[in-house]
Amino acid sequence: MNWQIEFIILTMVIILGIGAITVKDLLGAGILFGAYSFMMCLLWAIMGAVDVAFTEASVGAGVSTVFFISAVFRTTRGTKD
Amino acid sequence: MKAFALIIVILCAGLLIYGTSDFPPWSDPESPASTHVSPYYIEHTIEDTSVPNIVTSVLADYRGFDTMFETIVIFTAGIACFFLLRVTKREDHESRLYHHLVTGVTLRIKEGGKLPDESEEFRRVDTEWVPYSLIIKITCRLIVPFIMLFALYVIAHGHHSPGGGFQGGVIIGAAMILFAISNDLRAAILRLSEKMATFFCSAGVFIYAGTGLLCLLLGLNFLDYGALAKILFTDPVTARSHGILAVEIGVGIAVMGVVVSIYYNLSSAGKHDEGL
Repeated sequence: MNWQIEFIILTMVIILGIGAITVKDLLGAGILFGAYSFMMCLLWAIMGAVDVAFTEASVGAGVSTVFFISAVFRTTRGTKD
Repeated sequence: MKAFALIIVILCAGLLIYGTSDFPPWSDPESPASTHVSPYYIEHTIEDTSVPNIVTSVLADYRGFDTMFETIVIFTAGIACFFLLRVTKREDHESRLYHHLVTGVTLRIKEGGKLPDESEEFRRVDTEWVPYSLIIKITCRLIVPFIMLFALYVIAHGHHSPGGGFQGGVIIGAAMILFAISNDLRAAILRLSEKMATFFCSAGVFIYAGTGLLCLLLGLNFLDYGALAKILFTDPVTARSHGILAVEIGVGIAVMGVVVSIYYNLSSAGKHDEGL
């Protein structure tokens, strides 16, 4: 496996993870978390764990993002801190 | 306080990164994880269960207990969401919006007002956010059956390709959520009621545990699918393969019910009235 792709994806994972906990807008945090999950899914697929990648794609990037967004929809978009 | 928390986080991260230096290198055949049980799984899966996908046989057969309690954890998550969020219906409704289709007027009916009957003329719309686009509605309506068909394929083909009950169940639940988002929550509840979703949660766990109990009644250990050969009239190896399929179907049904019921509770704040 060419290491450049892995390196780019790993950098994206770190950037998206830091972004998801620092961004003020909760909707944005939810979307960043979904993107983070998708990058993790690609990373699992590269490492050969296809079943884990499938689960991550369906649960992490799919359903949990919907749950985050519907929770934000029913509460508030901004954070206090 | 923030600086203190940052120092603790950096310290923990440093310790964790230092800890990884003790790990065996990635895909090392001499590492402890791949010297004890892994070779047994890789060598004996086909003769034990006749399932080519080793991950499926490990998940559902060799470590069936583990997966059973995972399913119970998911079931518990769904029930916990229900208890935390669900509120019972009030007698007097809150203010609602109705769309009069003939004249194109939107009516707001205040608390305690008389509601029009659900008919051809009046269509109820959400008060907070009205997602109505014919293109989105029709496209999602067309896509949803195919997503569900793909999910059934993922469950049934889990023996040969990546996937299985968990992923398939999540995809069916996601298709139902897509339907609820593109139409509205009431349309989705009309198709799959809350009672039915909660029933699916427990039915899935029941199928899983029931398969295990059936093996116990037929004279072997709990979740030892070889015992099913007596009622399926096959050899124990094929019976194990069928037992794995039964268990995967149970997991799929449970996960589907949990995903849908969590979405219903979360998006409508427990009222099951107006959703995302």
